[in-house]
Amino acid sequence: MTGKVTVTLKVNGRTFSADCEPRKTLADFLRQDLGFTGVHLGCEHGVCGACTISVDGSTARSCCMLAVQAEGTEVTTVEGLASDGNLHPLQEAFWKHHGLQCGFCTPGMLAAASELLEDNPDPTADEIREGISGNLCRCTGYQFIVDSVQDAAQHLRSTT
Amino acid sequence: MSTPTRTEQNLGADIAGGVGESPLRPDGTLKVTGEFAYSSDLWLTGMLWGATLRSPHPSARIRSIDITEAVRTDGVYAVLTHDDVPGDNLYGLEHADQPVLAGDVIRYQGEAVAIVAADHPETARRAVNKIVVDYEVHEPLTDPEQAVFDSTAPALHEGGNVLRHLPIRRGDPDATADVVVHGEYEVGMQDQAFLGPESGLAVPADDGGIDLYIATQWLHVDQKQLCRVLGMPANKVRLSLAGVGGAFGAREDLSMQAHACLLALQTGRPVKMMYSREESFFGHVHRHPAKMRYEHGATRDGKLVYVKAQIILDGGAYASSTPAVVANAATLGVGPYKVRNVSVDCYGVYTNNPPCGAMRGFGAVQAAFGYESQMDKLADALDMDPVEVRTRNALHEGATMPTGQVVDSAAPVEELLERVKAMPLPPEPNASDLDGYDLRLLPGGVSNTTHGEGVRRGVGYAIGIKNVCFSEGFDDYSTARVTLKVNGGDAVATVYTAAAEVGQGLVTVQQQIARTELGVEQVVIQPADTGVGSGGSTSASRQTYVTGGAVKAACEQVRARVLRQAAKHLDLPASQLRLHAGKIVSADEAVVAAVVDVLGGETITETVTWRHRPTHPLDENGQGNAHVQYAFAAHRAIVDVDVELGLVRVVQLDCAQDVGKAMNPDAVVGQIHGGSAQGLGLAVMEEIQVSGGMVRNPSFTDYLIPTILDMPPMQVDVLELADPNAPYGLRGVGEPPTISSTPAIVAAIRHATGADLTRVPVQPHHITGTP
Ligand code: FES
Ligand code: FES
Repeated sequence: MTGKVTVTLKVNGRTFSADCEPRKTLADFLRQDLGFTGVHLGCEHGVCGACTISVDGSTARSCCMLAVQAEGTEVTTVEGLASDGNLHPLQEAFWKHHGLQCGFCTPGMLAAASELLEDNPDPTADEIREGISGNLCRCTGYQFIVDSVQDAAQHLRSTT
Repeated sequence: MSTPTRTEQNLGADIAGGVGESPLRPDGTLKVTGEFAYSSDLWLTGMLWGATLRSPHPSARIRSIDITEAVRTDGVYAVLTHDDVPGDNLYGLEHADQPVLAGDVIRYQGEAVAIVAADHPETARRAVNKIVVDYEVHEPLTDPEQAVFDSTAPALHEGGNVLRHLPIRRGDPDATADVVVHGEYEVGMQDQAFLGPESGLAVPADDGGIDLYIATQWLHVDQKQLCRVLGMPANKVRLSLAGVGGAFGAREDLSMQAHACLLALQTGRPVKMMYSREESFFGHVHRHPAKMRYEHGATRDGKLVYVKAQIILDGGAYASSTPAVVANAATLGVGPYKVRNVSVDCYGVYTNNPPCGAMRGFGAVQAAFGYESQMDKLADALDMDPVEVRTRNALHEGATMPTGQVVDSAAPVEELLERVKAMPLPPEPNASDLDGYDLRLLPGGVSNTTHGEGVRRGVGYAIGIKNVCFSEGFDDYSTARVTLKVNGGDAVATVYTAAAEVGQGLVTVQQQIARTELGVEQVVIQPADTGVGSGGSTSASRQTYVTGGAVKAACEQVRARVLRQAAKHLDLPASQLRLHAGKIVSADEAVVAAVVDVLGGETITETVTWRHRPTHPLDENGQGNAHVQYAFAAHRAIVDVDVELGLVRVVQLDCAQDVGKAMNPDAVVGQIHGGSAQGLGLAVMEEIQVSGGMVRNPSFTDYLIPTILDMPPMQVDVLELADPNAPYGLRGVGEPPTISSTPAIVAAIRHATGADLTRVPVQPHHITGTP
């Protein structure tokens, strides 16, 4: 096996540095080397969106990125969404509105939804559907996810 | 033991979060913060990674297996083959017919042949590639009809290729009718496609036994099979439920459980196994593909006179739950209709195709596509409204099923159909105003290359029936241990079962039941493991019914003890006391004590094994009271079809379902949404493409499941017609919405196109008629 390289990046505001094989995916690096198991792997080929995280402010599929590509970036995973022990309004809303069942798609959905709400704080139901159409959920049939995002959007608008 | 008598008291009135409400799920915080530990997240220092070598051939004989190079690989700790299985090298849910590691015969592509443990997942995979297997490749048997009728076909198992033939005979076999419609239908192989692939962690224990942390649907049936394979008693094989990323039937059979345990016991180290999506397609059973022939005879005014059907279910290489799938398809084979004369022959067969077993609604899903397509055909032949022909024949309470079983609780078939029919329709697309038409709303979305000139709208209806719980005399039970004690000044209940939460919200419902029955707010759900008696399977829409029943019964016994204790303290007859919102209340409604005071430092624990009323086997004519409960859902689908491109967009999908009692109304609707979406998938996109016994599309790139843009908004109507035999009157919820969704959508496509669609999933060329 080839030698290891050191990858340094910020995850959820903290700087991490770890050695890994150059071919290691960012998802595996986050999960296995840094312990962010909220990054879920549903397909490892870029379809399901369960591994979606934010890299320098834009969503990315961490299964389709190498860890070395994330060198020097700022990453946010689902573990970084809550602040000071308070759930993010999206997290609250997914919980409250049954936006999850098994919850496996949830971290990716939250990442996609929070990017959507940053770009469009007042989306229609159709805009929400389009905004998170790259993420699969096998359990919910999606309606309660739409409701969750809508409720969180309203909450975020009323508090800012 | 018998069903405990129902209490008439509304015990939970003052306790928030009881039965009938929609409290927050207890695992919700962990799931939204990413802290919930799915089986794939488990990690122990020093653990090894397992990998599996699978057969590339669907039918072969193994001449030899050479593991020399694999063993020599740096970082490899064990390479195991069939010779290394200490117990019986066979497992299976109903019949133990599947080798843990194949040593002789290969019966499907993807069959496990050898396993490796190494210190790195990639090392394990590379070592797997170094194992050399010499196969004598055979011609696979892939046609299920041949498996049934061709006696010269090679027998894949001792006893032949027909695993089960179930005939249902009722009434006059020679009955004739004014109007007769024939149809042949096919259902493709659907995958459960849960989002979290198979995974688990096996940890060797100091006592020589093993602890397995696993995402499964039924801990105890896994344990039973593992004991046999490992040659160990149950107290040495302990299973704990790890976080489950969806199930839908695919986790009812073993996948990597035995392999991980074998590797861990061999190496003395913890072993983690985690399938990729591709391996997942080979690592679990799928929905049985079906070939069905139907003949319906009716009077001119649309009353069914007879139904004849032949249903062939392809069980693939191993038995799994095929016998039960056959039972459902046969006994529910004419649907929720009254038919005097019935002749059904249902076969479950072995082939060299991938093994098939449980998937949401099994047996009932396949049959519903057949009988509902026939009801539409009949409506056409009679020039009658499709809802009308259904309501004229609708099953109702007191009616007799083709098995002779009398439906002894609500069967609101007519009402459900009428309810979906009465729901508002979406606005018609305005064909004359194509300029203003949002291209994204066209069938096929933005990839639609037309201007919508070929788009036609259609509306379709369907209704389905499903048996709830295990049938045919199976000893179906669940065990619950409920503890009540004072903690931090409050009464706290703890519920302990082995029942698997797979996403559906069983943990919430258990809390709700304990709150209602014990009048305490705080209810802790202990993690599920084999330290308590079996909870039975999380399948057949049975957990709220059976484990819910067990939790309720255990709570009732705990409550009785609290009241007896209070009676002793207060010197009052226990019969005059009741529990209400944490207080003991006397016959004259006075609060006489607080539960916390009655309990003091004591812990009250009761363990109850609860059974639903017994069911019975079917006789040689398929007659008998085989099912404990029936459940019904109806759908109406509205579709837009581009008849030139063969593309479909489901515009709206509406559902009405009777749930007896909505234990948690939001969760019920969530089940209806999710189940309907899986039915939509089967209708228009989901199929494991198998040719020559080989799976051609084992990825999410090629096996399509509905995205949020495929799944339309739904209108949902929930009926609550209590079943007096069930706890709280509830009816199983999870499966019915998956059953009628598919035929309703196909009916709508037929209505839009006039095409004679006889196979699901419907593909573009079925609509355009091009080859
Ligand atoms: S795991 Fe990355 S898209 Fe599915
Ligand atoms: S909640 Fe299970 S996949 Fe979305």
